[in-house]
Amino acid sequence: MPEINTLPRSAMNVLPLKERMKILRRHMPELDPKVRSRNFEEVNLGLETDDALTEASRCIECAKPGCVVDCPVGVDIKQMVALIRAGDYLGAAAKLREDNSLPAITGRVCPQENQCEGGCIVGKKGSPVAIGNLERFVADYERLSGQLGLPPNAPSTGKSVAIVGSGPAGLSAAGDLIQKGHRVRVFEALHELGGVLIYGIPEFRLPKSIVKGEVDNLRRMGVEFETNVVVGKSVTIDELMHDEHYDAVFVATGAGLPVFLGVPGEHLNGVYSANEFLTRINLMRAYKTEEYDEPVYDCRDRNVIVVGGGNTAMDAVRTARRLGARTATLVYRRSDAEMPARAEEVKHAREEGVEFSMLTGPVAFLGDEKGWLTGVRCVRMELSEPDESGRRRPVEIKGSEFVLPADVAIIGVGTTANPLIQSTTPDLATNKWNYIVADEKTMRTSKAGVFAGGDIVTGGATVILAMGAGRKAAASIHEYLTTGEWEKAANS
Amino acid sequence: MYKILEASCVGLNIKQFVIEAPRIARKHKPGQFIILRLHNKGERIPLTIKSSDADAGTVTIVVQAIGKTTSLLNCLEAGDSILDIVGPLGHPSEIEKYGTVVVLAGSVGTAMALPTAIALKQAGNHVIFIEGARSTEMVVFEDEVRSASNETYMMTDDGSYGEQGLVTKKLDELIAAGRKIDFILAVGPVPMMRAVARITGPLGIKTMVSLNSIMVDGTGMCGGCRVLLGDKSKFACVDGPEFDASQVNFEVLMQRNTMYREKECASLKQFQQNMDAEVAELRKELAAQETQLCLK
Repeated sequence: MPEINTLPRSAMNVLPLKERMKILRRHMPELDPKVRSRNFEEVNLGLETDDALTEASRCIECAKPGCVVDCPVGVDIKQMVALIRAGDYLGAAAKLREDNSLPAITGRVCPQENQCEGGCIVGKKGSPVAIGNLERFVADYERLSGQLGLPPNAPSTGKSVAIVGSGPAGLSAAGDLIQKGHRVRVFEALHELGGVLIYGIPEFRLPKSIVKGEVDNLRRMGVEFETNVVVGKSVTIDELMHDEHYDAVFVATGAGLPVFLGVPGEHLNGVYSANEFLTRINLMRAYKTEEYDEPVYDCRDRNVIVVGGGNTAMDAVRTARRLGARTATLVYRRSDAEMPARAEEVKHAREEGVEFSMLTGPVAFLGDEKGWLTGVRCVRMELSEPDESGRRRPVEIKGSEFVLPADVAIIGVGTTANPLIQSTTPDLATNKWNYIVADEKTMRTSKAGVFAGGDIVTGGATVILAMGAGRKAAASIHEYLTTGEWEKAANS
Repeated sequence: MYKILEASCVGLNIKQFVIEAPRIARKHKPGQFIILRLHNKGERIPLTIKSSDADAGTVTIVVQAIGKTTSLLNCLEAGDSILDIVGPLGHPSEIEKYGTVVVLAGSVGTAMALPTAIALKQAGNHVIFIEGARSTEMVVFEDEVRSASNETYMMTDDGSYGEQGLVTKKLDELIAAGRKIDFILAVGPVPMMRAVARITGPLGIKTMVSLNSIMVDGTGMCGGCRVLLGDKSKFACVDGPEFDASQVNFEVLMQRNTMYREKECASLKQFQQNMDAEVAELRKELAAQETQLCLK
């Protein structure tokens, strides 16, 4: 029997299980790598309706859906897929929104292979159902339809919540809390709303218009936003609670200060943290040289090296390629298998001509007499036994030094906690790395009325985990505001 | 949107602005700075706060037109607005009773040194203020400097006002005269601060300098403003802007500050050729923004 690639719509719901298993996973249409490696347009174009229907029909409707279990926010994926199959895309979007207030974003940036799609039973024998692509499809369908299913808000409770940070944790908490009838005001340090979704993730992976759309939805629901406020500097947590009368505060300030390697030459001109490079490009639009004032190193025809193996490093190296770099090389001290970046980003990067120098560790940045970077001295590494993180530890191979020529080097190896709130809130407990200590279930901190979640608690993680933390915090804050009992919030 | 309440020229290409920014005014302490952005395609630049008035909800900043953004800013007048201002950023100056304190300030650096000098004087120090400028038309805030200090010296490179010479010439004289100096603050161009450090380092006089490295966010997130102190990297925005001069690697600071020189010169030149149009465009954008805010 020939494999079935496309199906007429009428055949959707009646297909026997065996037949469903034979349908091939629909490919996400993408911009041609040759074209996209020279521009900042979104790489993934989104599924067409027919493809989405076909993809939805691959779902075998498990009694105990692994996809739902493995979703950090527990989206009812089975129901969502069923609604797509029935052609009710707005219904599917509404179902999605019950558990995920930013679906157009997560549909683009979640590491689905480790989450919902990792738990998909269809994937045990072949490719899992493309849940991420379906999620994006319904979110985009809803947005383009203009028929947004914004949930109604409960009557006003008279309570107010200050949310510090407008990234994924802050936005998802805001969405939940406003629905419960609380007054919600989000404070953002930068001039633009969205946090890492704006300054960190590039346009070609998550268009800024999508983030803006989600922020506007929250605004329509009644969430207030105030930009240019660095909580800890412009105002303290105590002042928010006592002088500005917020009943609760949710600290969602995100990832912090960039980590450098601590090797010689890191102050040379041309050496960037990934945070700085990406902020200049994404937040400040430095890639539009003619229009925007913020400068960035002119990478055209230059050799660019990016150090690291995570999504941030991958975003930086793909950005460098788009800026016209002659070579854009990812330098990582472990091997492919240990890279924390999403599989799709690695695939896209390879297609776009990014070079990978695995098992390579930088030991010094080299420069000319005027202080400009000329190269990176590296050593070859080999992997030994797994360390406490479970990953195999890289060990230097003696005498393997070599120099990679480089005009720009971008370091994307992680961040440490931003100290601004902790240092001005003495009764807020922190751990030995200065991250805020918060209860895993309630997101309650050591300070009454103050909750925290996202990267400022966990250290650098993912958008969806931050969103999950935001939702948990919202539920816990709601309980605290309703009962007025701090200890109860602790035990719920 | 942050309304400009007063704008006045205080020296050659140097302008003082009083701006409505209640949150910043409430929290500002001497030594801190702001970051501003003029329009939707503008860059973020750090500027020092000269003073603030918590009751009136205003901050005063002083701007020397050097590049495109500062030149454009200095075309604005009272009644105009600034799109984004964030602050106060950085650690405040450490105010203690040291004894005799010398404050050295180069031209527009005077604006940043002033509030710290006032606080040092209020703390009971004998404050010697040495203000330097290229020539007479760049001497700023003389009256305020005099009232903020117990002894005041005005120096110009060309001798067109006060005494001829660099601020370090006066510092050398004070040291040669056997004056006991307990603490020094130097704020100005990097070569000036380096020269001060070279004099005071061997003498073991505690000296602080306020560093003006290139910044983007100002909250520690990007690390672009990193400066080398001994063999340690520090971020000027969250660890500074004031640092112990004996630890600062001024060569690295100067080198890093040249990073975008080419682009800066090109944008300034382009701006100067279309100045009127650029200012008109900015005012149009701000007006549109205002309307949008009213609608919300």
